[in-house]
Amino acid sequence: MVRLMEINVVRSAEPTEQSYNVELENVTLLTVLNHIKTKIDPTLTYSHGCRSGVCGSCAVRVNGREVLMCEYKPVNGDTVEPIRNTRVIRDLVVDSSSIERFNATAKAWSEDSLEGNISDEEAHRIETQSDCILCASCYSACPVYAVNPDFIGPFALTRVWRYVNDLRETNSDAKIAAVQTNGIWDCTLCGECVPVCPQNIAPKQDITMLRMKSSMLGYQDPNAGVSFGGGLDFGSPMF
Amino acid sequence: MAKVLIIGSGGAGLVSALSAHESGAEVIIASKTLPTRSQTSMAQGGMNAVLGEDDSIQNHIDDTFRSSAGLGDEARITFMCEKAPEAIRWCNAIGLPFSRNESGEIARRRLGGASAPRACYAQDYTGLKLLHTLYDQCLKAGITFKNERFLLNLIVDEETNRVLGATFLDIESGDVEEIRADAVILSTGGYGGLYGKHSTNSVQATGDGLAAAVRAGAKLADMEFVQFHPTALKNSSILISESARGAGGYLLNGNKERFTDELASRDIVARAIHDEIASSGAVYLDIRHLGEKFINHELPQERKLAQIYEGIDPVYELIPIKPSAHYSMGGIEVDAHCMSSVSGLFAVGECANHKTHGANRLGGNSLLELVVFGLHCGANASEYGAKHPSPALDNHQLAKDTNFVRGVMYFTNQIDFYQKQEMLANIFYNNVGLIRDDMGLKAVLGAIRQMQRELPFMGPRDKSKTCNTNLVEFIEFGNKIELSEIIVVSAISRVESRGAHYRIDAPKRNDQMFGAHTITWKEDGVLCADFIQ
Repeated sequence: MVRLMEINVVRSAEPTEQSYNVELENVTLLTVLNHIKTKIDPTLTYSHGCRSGVCGSCAVRVNGREVLMCEYKPVNGDTVEPIRNTRVIRDLVVDSSSIERFNATAKAWSEDSLEGNISDEEAHRIETQSDCILCASCYSACPVYAVNPDFIGPFALTRVWRYVNDLRETNSDAKIAAVQTNGIWDCTLCGECVPVCPQNIAPKQDITMLRMKSSMLGYQDPNAGVSFGGGLDFGSPMF
Repeated sequence: MAKVLIIGSGGAGLVSALSAHESGAEVIIASKTLPTRSQTSMAQGGMNAVLGEDDSIQNHIDDTFRSSAGLGDEARITFMCEKAPEAIRWCNAIGLPFSRNESGEIARRRLGGASAPRACYAQDYTGLKLLHTLYDQCLKAGITFKNERFLLNLIVDEETNRVLGATFLDIESGDVEEIRADAVILSTGGYGGLYGKHSTNSVQATGDGLAAAVRAGAKLADMEFVQFHPTALKNSSILISESARGAGGYLLNGNKERFTDELASRDIVARAIHDEIASSGAVYLDIRHLGEKFINHELPQERKLAQIYEGIDPVYELIPIKPSAHYSMGGIEVDAHCMSSVSGLFAVGECANHKTHGANRLGGNSLLELVVFGLHCGANASEYGAKHPSPALDNHQLAKDTNFVRGVMYFTNQIDFYQKQEMLANIFYNNVGLIRDDMGLKAVLGAIRQMQRELPFMGPRDKSKTCNTNLVEFIEFGNKIELSEIIVVSAISRVESRGAHYRIDAPKRNDQMFGAHTITWKEDGVLCADFIQ
């Protein structure tokens, strides 16, 4: 017998938390929401597309953790809410313009790629990073946005590392300059972005690699400069 | 400077955008989603091109032409296959991370119907990585994106049959707006979404561009040809790439025996599976013998999808599969320059019919087509727009569509359109699917005509102005109804079997009567169809 499952959804209009009861078992959260929208409440609003984990449309938070609705199988009592650090447009749909904004600021693209052969192992170096689906789960999990809304952030920095670390890239050093301000040094390396990635990418690690590369090219951590190079003021106006 | 409006932001749209930009045009891309959320992200297998000595471009041409079952245009197939190596080099130069072979060359694998391994790939994420690479290049080029814009109609000057722009629903605000341009490119994807849960496609593949084109007076070609992919997961219709068979995967029937050539073209394999499911109850894909290491490296996505959606691990277990609607061969009729029968209106990619796939597409030829024809189309549209700037004519389309969006809220809602949509998907899969006959097709046509009459008694139940996805889905349903009539009328008219179109009541190919394209269009709202060479 299929048991009744209760799913709570945080919505943008009153009532802000709404419970739905569905008789479904062993299905994805997206299947549950599609059932609710087409059979119970057509006003429930969310984004979806491929239903197979590659289009990056359906990231939400369930019980406070980022998941793709098309990959997550819900259990009784789950609470679903929109991803964080961005404006909610309606219910689970959020403003995704930051994806374009941060990738453009970070210049996360190839300047020019060489044609020659590269070995499979060398190609493998950027395999995981180029699996990114821009679902913005990492962006939602990142605590830096609470203090710096202009932080370029995990997905865009992973993308920069994907191009910097690409052996075919002709001028990868030039790509480093764009991520110095509001970029790699603003990350706290807390690692919140890592477990939430549906594609098993570790942006924290990629940011660490970008820092090493930056140091090799002579860039410095500006925060280190403030605390020690600035005359040992320890942040106090007294000194 | 010509202003080019591109509608749809999948692979075809983004390649056209880069090409039009390169040709000096001002480019605007309007799309119902963020570009990286397009159907192209779901393409897995690869992109065909002859790169080595072990293969020849002529073989690629011959394979493609043979598979097209008489409906491929030899000149355009030759154009595509000859341009293929250049297309791969272009993708590599913008950074697409191709998989490599032992000698460090771009790796190639064999897909069905191909006489040699020639599908260049990036694991089983070829479409995803191509799409993202293109998106990054568009940001580099500073191309303007207008996302969350749902295409309502094309703006056409009736007297001169000239496209002037298009109208959109701004999904977030709920307002209707128009964008004028010197040339318009439709790159809105196919109509596989019509088959609902029996399709491998994204739910977004609702054929909006084709429906708008036919309303604007453009002609469509060969709409009855819908490719069924042989191996979709049984319960969810999620695609398992042909590369699984290309790498040596077997198809097994209910008695766990092989029953067909796994690498024949998709129409043949899909029908063999259909027959086998009917006789032995089930068909499975078996990739266990390929080993865990190979599967993790070459087919990582397949393993993950089978685990989530079927609850099985293909490293140790058989994958239950069924054929599902996958690709629309039919599309907007375009000439060799990718222009439709409306002046200044171009179409490219799956929404267009470039006559390269004919009655059956080969795996690896769709990504190729969108790159080759995308580059071609973007440059052509830019040139057209520069030579023929769009006149600033008054047009009623914006007022009409604004009224429609306002008025649709007063539709009566006595009938639930989601229920009708599900019914349409089911009757399409059963009667306009792999096996068709006159009676079944006519029954579906009757049901469609009934739904057309019932549309005013349906409508969105959500009355919100902001981000009303219920409204968007209702308009998409309207587009599906518009196209389904055309597909079924085309399928009824073609009383023969060819490629993906198999009529059990006329199982032979009949070149004398039907060796031509099914051209459909609307005159004063009335559907017309004809066979034209």
